[in-house]
Amino acid sequence: MIENAWLIPVLPAVAFVVIVFLIRQFKMLSALTAIAAMAVSFIISVGIVWEIIQGGATMKKPVEYFVNWLDLPGLNIQAGILIDPLAAAMLFVVTFVALLVMIYSVGYMHGDPGFSVFFSYLSLFSASMLGLVVANNYFQMFFFWELVGLCSYLLIGYYFHKPSAVQANKKAFITNRWGDFGFMLGIFFLFLVFGTFNFGELAKAIPKYDNVAFLTLAGILVFIGPIAKSAQFPLHVWLPDAMEGPTPVSALIHAATMVAAGVYLVARGFVLFHSVETVALVVAWVGGLSALIAATIALVQDDCKRIMAFSTMSQLGYMLMALGVGSLTAGMFHLTTHAFFKALMFLAAGSVIHATHKQNIFEMGGLRKSMPITTWTTVIGALALAGIFPLAGFWSKDEILVAAYTEGAYALFGLASLVAFMTAFYMFRMVFVVFWGDEPEGQHAHESPLTMTIPLIILAFFSIFSGFIGSPLVETGFFSYVYYKYPHPPEPNYMIMISSTVLALAGIGLAWLIYGKKSISAEALKQRFQPIHTLLYNKFYIDELYLWLFDKVMLNISTAFNWNDRHIVDGIFDGIGDLTRAAGARLRFIHTGSLQNYALVIFAAVVIIMLWMAVPALGGI
Amino acid sequence: MNQLQMDFNLLTVEILMATLGLVVLVLGLLIPKNQSRGIAYFTTIGLVAILLYSVTMQWTKAEFLNGMYLIDPFSTLFKQIFLLTAILVSVGSYQFMEKYGHNQAEYYSLMVFATLGMMVMASAGDLITLYIGLELMTISLCVLTCFRLRDAKSSEAGIKYIILGAMSSAIMLYGLSLVYGMTRTTVIAEIAAAIALDGVSPLLLLGLVFLVAGFAFKISAVPFHIWAPDIYEGAPTPVTAFLAVASKAAGFAAMMRVLLIALPDLFVHWNVMIVGLTVLTVVLANLVAIPQTNIKRLLAFSGVGQAGYLLLGIVAFTQLGVGAVLFHTLFYVFANVAAFMVVIAFYNETGSDEIRDYTGLAVRSPLLAAVLLFSMLSMAGIPPLAGFVSKFYLFTAVIDQGYVWLALISVLMSMVSVYYYLIVAKVMYIGKPADDAKPIKVSSGLQIALILCLVMIFAFGIYPAPFTDLAMNVANTFFTP
Repeated sequence: MIENAWLIPVLPAVAFVVIVFLIRQFKMLSALTAIAAMAVSFIISVGIVWEIIQGGATMKKPVEYFVNWLDLPGLNIQAGILIDPLAAAMLFVVTFVALLVMIYSVGYMHGDPGFSVFFSYLSLFSASMLGLVVANNYFQMFFFWELVGLCSYLLIGYYFHKPSAVQANKKAFITNRWGDFGFMLGIFFLFLVFGTFNFGELAKAIPKYDNVAFLTLAGILVFIGPIAKSAQFPLHVWLPDAMEGPTPVSALIHAATMVAAGVYLVARGFVLFHSVETVALVVAWVGGLSALIAATIALVQDDCKRIMAFSTMSQLGYMLMALGVGSLTAGMFHLTTHAFFKALMFLAAGSVIHATHKQNIFEMGGLRKSMPITTWTTVIGALALAGIFPLAGFWSKDEILVAAYTEGAYALFGLASLVAFMTAFYMFRMVFVVFWGDEPEGQHAHESPLTMTIPLIILAFFSIFSGFIGSPLVETGFFSYVYYKYPHPPEPNYMIMISSTVLALAGIGLAWLIYGKKSISAEALKQRFQPIHTLLYNKFYIDELYLWLFDKVMLNISTAFNWNDRHIVDGIFDGIGDLTRAAGARLRFIHTGSLQNYALVIFAAVVIIMLWMAVPALGGI
Repeated sequence: MNQLQMDFNLLTVEILMATLGLVVLVLGLLIPKNQSRGIAYFTTIGLVAILLYSVTMQWTKAEFLNGMYLIDPFSTLFKQIFLLTAILVSVGSYQFMEKYGHNQAEYYSLMVFATLGMMVMASAGDLITLYIGLELMTISLCVLTCFRLRDAKSSEAGIKYIILGAMSSAIMLYGLSLVYGMTRTTVIAEIAAAIALDGVSPLLLLGLVFLVAGFAFKISAVPFHIWAPDIYEGAPTPVTAFLAVASKAAGFAAMMRVLLIALPDLFVHWNVMIVGLTVLTVVLANLVAIPQTNIKRLLAFSGVGQAGYLLLGIVAFTQLGVGAVLFHTLFYVFANVAAFMVVIAFYNETGSDEIRDYTGLAVRSPLLAAVLLFSMLSMAGIPPLAGFVSKFYLFTAVIDQGYVWLALISVLMSMVSVYYYLIVAKVMYIGKPADDAKPIKVSSGLQIALILCLVMIFAFGIYPAPFTDLAMNVANTFFTP
């Protein structure tokens, strides 16, 4: 199967071309084409995972195929695929979630005028994302990195008649440019020093290189890419706004896959990020701080998709923190389980939005009775996210906490534990408000169609059980395949298990007291901590700060440049342009149309060349 | 002398071409005039078959008649380029020739013979053989140029071509005879040995000047390009496409063989001339292209400019340079013939070649507008199209040899070329079509050919590696005896 891995990104790409150019007017056929292509990709991915379990490829002995895309003296760029357990895990996650999201979208996007276009975008996105995952070099990864960014832009602005959606997709695109720019500079620096983009060759060359300053610079520049793509502080501002896109898109791109690409990149370039202590620390602390900032903001938001956007940011921060403290296994394991339960939560939210046409959680309530499947799958997702034993999130989050603790990063450990408490709280705040409580007037919700609920049930199943593959209960699991240098089987640390469970239960309990039983008044709390609430509600005013910077600083500088550009640069180039045009207009008169003139020109030219050649030959100049 | 080497199997491609040309001529006598479309189809199919056959000889390297005729990957690749051009041009000719031509069989047969002449030029291992190929090509093309009997412009172009062509042939022949006089041989491989033995004499240099002038005429390098715009404009458009692409490529094939293989010892001397011609060509062609109002003249000057870029590969005189010339020629077939096919299709419907009549073409025929746009952008060297890659190779080749300034001039003039290409794009895409403008019908054969060209323009640009490998390997065999 591994030798067929190139088909995985190619099939959705073909589906994209077929839908756009051939069958756009047939809605159901378009959807089926996209789903069929994705299903085959998924089957191949499963085949690859199976072969890896058989020992077909390991982290030390990956399988790599490539062709030379550009081969010149001094510049060799490859196009290829690299399959190791890391890529295989990611392939499985992406194809699986993408397949379910596509099936779900058949129900969710039903009746939308751009139905086929939506599926073509999803196919293009899947193709780009899968191309990114199998890339064997930084250049190819950057190429697909840009493409997923483009697809994200297209899909956030899918409802382009809504001004807010247009604002949001511009914001996402511009914010991501910062990251892309850093990433690009970083890989160019790497290329200048090491002469290759290939992951394997770089992994061999970097440990032998001892210029710490350069490695720090390159590592941090490359890391700017993940900061933007995985919505980490300070480039996280686009993710909450990105929720303007259709909900399946939020589930696939802005929760499970694309935003995880940043984490994947850090895992892929693990050697680079751990070549210098400073870079690893930066990764860990950016992740940890983002986790904390996002979790605090999520405490007070009232739009269900935004709550989950901040939750995603917070969980991605967790993963980066794990990678930063040195555990590739924990970070990737959490990425995998998180993809399942966060996709589940988003799709469930989509189901709720589909039924109520509202997104503000305080305008809903009591949906438990009318939407039982959505309710219970959401509860499973929330329990998994909160890290309650024995659901998936418990095992993966636990591994991150253990990793931070055993590496001696006690500050990060404490911070992560606090985030675990907050996560449980804000998740169940949402669950209790939306599904329990009183039904508001005029709410006529009904359960969503089967195409939507079946993906929910499947994801719920994975949210419960996928944690076991990496738990200390099994002898060979996730950790035996995806690791850095050598496998680290998790050792159960009962102290951490108990403390994190207690914290999570406390968060859920507090949420129940405030929003379920209402024995503590939310209003009173809000009054009491008004300044903090306002600060959090406005997301620490980071957006406003950026806006001020753009309006007051950037635009003023730009005005100066604009003047220079319009008057000086344009002036010079207009002059050159006029000169060129004038020269062209004069020179055309050489072509008189007269045969004699032409013959004369040719003879004259021969004579001139002859004289020119003769001068040195005759001993002249 | 040893026994003559005469393995006729090596000449299969040429023999097939001659047969095809004769059969087409005879068919023309047998088939009634109103069914002459069949002749056109027959020619295209025959050319495709020969192209496919030529692939079996891709890496054959052998001599015929003791070095008088060379079958090597270099000549075979050029033959494939000529065949490819002939195929595309023949497809582009169907409607045009039915509408404006007279004797179809003669037209297609002459085209086949012109192609045969080019093949002989590319394979020539001997100066006389080279000259015979050159004349076969030139005379066939002269007749083709004035093929529109009742069109004064076409006749004028034919007369100009035959007179100026004869003149340049005379100059070149004079050069050839001087070279023969100084080296006592006409076999290309032996000339180099003779010069190495005898050294360089003034008369040999005089011969070199005449030779370069003759070749410069064929590849239309400034100032020997002077014939090109008038003749390109006057000739029937399919013939113009053929002239602009295939005959130029043939000129390059022969020129590279003579300069790089026969006269490498005169490198310092011819290099000065070629550098001068290159600078003049890229600068003048791109400047004069700006004020053109006729699309065929515009393409003529852009074609002259392309010849200038190709000369860079000869200036470099390295394997990369030769490979880059091959790559650029191969891509140029698709880009330039595609542009001319658009001009043909447009002319068939509207009878106009003026750029202002292209207003709103994007609405009247999205396919034609897209093909013209992308082929022009590719010629301007915009990534990710083929022209970007080939120019990149050409510039790299000269920069490697230290000619940074030359590459700089070429890049600057490439930027100028973007300007006049985009004028056409602006007219096609931004201009509103006149109210009475009808959609332009494109026959399905032409559509297939256009889409093929478009695909190749993108394929060469997005994934150039296989074509690069082919060109570089051929260039490699070119220098090894």
